[in-house]
Amino acid sequence: MANKPLTLAEKVWNDHIVVKGENGSPDLLYIDLHLVHEVTSPQAFDGLRLAGRPVRRLDLTIATEDHNTPTLDIDKPIADPTSRAQIEALRHNAAEFGVRIHSLGDANQGIVHVVGPQLGLTMPGITVVCGDSHTSTHGAFGALAMGIGTSEVEHVLATQTLPLKPFKTMAITVDGTLRPGVTAKDIILAVIAKIGTGGGQGYVLEYRGSAIRALSMEARMTICNMSIEAGARAGMVAPDEITYEYLKGRPHAPVGADWNEAVAYWNTLPTDDGAVFDAEVFLDADTLDPFVTWGTNPGQGVSLLDSVPNPATIDDPNERAAAERALEYMDLKAGTPMREIRVDTVFLGSCTNSRIEDLRAAAEILRGQKKADGVRMLVVPGSAKVRLQAEAEGLDAVFKDFGAEWRFAGCSMCLGMNPDQLAPGERAASTSNRNFEGRQGKGARTHLVSPLVAAATAIRGTLSSPADLNGAA
Amino acid sequence: MQKIEVFTGVAAPLRRSNVDTDQIIPAVYLKRITKTGFEDALFASWRNDADFVLNQPAYQKAEVLIAGPDFGTGSSREHAVWALRDFGFKAVFSSKFADIFRGNAGKQGLIAGAISEADTEALWAAIEANPGVSVEVNLEAKTITLGSLKVSFEIDDYTRWRLLEGLDDIGLTLRSEQAITDFEARREGWRPKTLPAKGV
Ligand code: SF4
Repeated sequence: MANKPLTLAEKVWNDHIVVKGENGSPDLLYIDLHLVHEVTSPQAFDGLRLAGRPVRRLDLTIATEDHNTPTLDIDKPIADPTSRAQIEALRHNAAEFGVRIHSLGDANQGIVHVVGPQLGLTMPGITVVCGDSHTSTHGAFGALAMGIGTSEVEHVLATQTLPLKPFKTMAITVDGTLRPGVTAKDIILAVIAKIGTGGGQGYVLEYRGSAIRALSMEARMTICNMSIEAGARAGMVAPDEITYEYLKGRPHAPVGADWNEAVAYWNTLPTDDGAVFDAEVFLDADTLDPFVTWGTNPGQGVSLLDSVPNPATIDDPNERAAAERALEYMDLKAGTPMREIRVDTVFLGSCTNSRIEDLRAAAEILRGQKKADGVRMLVVPGSAKVRLQAEAEGLDAVFKDFGAEWRFAGCSMCLGMNPDQLAPGERAASTSNRNFEGRQGKGARTHLVSPLVAAATAIRGTLSSPADLNGAA
Repeated sequence: MQKIEVFTGVAAPLRRSNVDTDQIIPAVYLKRITKTGFEDALFASWRNDADFVLNQPAYQKAEVLIAGPDFGTGSSREHAVWALRDFGFKAVFSSKFADIFRGNAGKQGLIAGAISEADTEALWAAIEANPGVSVEVNLEAKTITLGSLKVSFEIDDYTRWRLLEGLDDIGLTLRSEQAITDFEARREGWRPKTLPAKGV
């Protein structure tokens, strides 16, 4: 049989099959890298303990603390007992089982999806899992990266494999050139608005096209990160020179002959000409504006130049009802220009947009500017390393001079498991990935935005893009 | 996971229908970080009531629960099964289970068997006539025996096989251990390794 043309996702999948499933039963897939954090791992370790099982591959496992860690006073004990218990459990389990851990205060502590790439552990052609839905981030390298549940975390710890059912493939082709002020975040928000929060269900998405190829690794991670918000199993970008350039020289990146062998293999990974996707979506980068959400799911977004939509114009009765409910929760009126919406808080952070490039881009806009009255801005680097690097570049001074709070690394206000929460009724422009009801605090209202829009919004006090800063008030 | 074939244990009658997972274990208990020790959480809000069946001395050591229809509906929390198991239950019978609950039960080694409504009534009556009485559960034969009363239950063949063999998901995968080891021997040297730790 001639070799059938394959997609990137299919190639990575096929190269990890340990036991091929028969008659519709799942394939047993090998897992190259298992990332662990404190929220979804305690019961997995407890399960191992109960069954008397060890961690099979400590050398493919790494843990960090992120969801519950405070971003202030990190040298003091954690006040919230649940948060403290989860972190203490992780430390205890890591010590007992021998898992490498980066705890609060360590230079490599940070959001699990920032730490993996930063250490050079995330690389093309590997399988990555973590008990966290935004594991899709790592797909930016051409890895097959999936979020899993606690029982699966235990399964991977014990066996380094996972029984997985096959997926469908979807190509998302973004061609053209982004205009100034438009970023990867705007691409992905536009994609989700187009296909809906369930549009990717059962699929692995592959982002392709000239606009994707032109993006940095940080930007590709932003896009893959939010694949899950379209309901997808994973998101991927084929590796290329930009990927190799980012990876080369990182602490755990291959070196010497290993590097050459790896690159030769990675070059075989991009989707073959003639490979067939189960679904295809196209987006034009040339005409894209900064995108923001108005509702309570990431698919409820519009161009920043648009207005709050009128639910009456939505045909689908379920979506119409959802939009009505969202507007009520968000306390917004149909027809209000998005750029007139006033916010209380700006959050720059989360695994979507807290890497050094995000901080640089925001600082560039904030430099020499003054924060709008009554607005609070929180800048939370994705990892302790990002924080250190930002400080070495003087970005912390830019943020502080502007009037923003410069914090320690972690998930922070992305989900408010730590004290960084919004008060009921407060409205935020947030660079995170979820605007669900109550996500950033009970009764809190979230608008998802890019780092550039976050920065411009902090200056003007209403949802804004950098273009709004040039002279026009 | 322990193999189960035949066992004898005290049966408790739970004369309620539509027992959802929130009633089996209320959400406040989900903050815990262990996979065991949920016995106090089982039916927590009902246990305050001295008359609740599991508070009665005869049923303190119950291992078999005969429940009403639509057991285990609602949220998918695995904790519901852990709580039943930690209390000491090895089997739950109902005329109708929620799918997710039944799936979770099978994974954790708890028998979730379907019996007819008439048999449910018959078992309830027989148990209440003699509180603290034991029943014999035979997984091989798919029967429950209480004195002269013998009823059959339904459980899917795959789950039954797993329970008889004492295989949880991990145990099942470890049957392919040789294939995993062979795969590991083939893995290329460039693939990531977290140890020894670098960049620290
Ligand atoms: S930053 Fe937010 S989305 Fe990312 S891992 Fe943390 S909580 Fe999850």
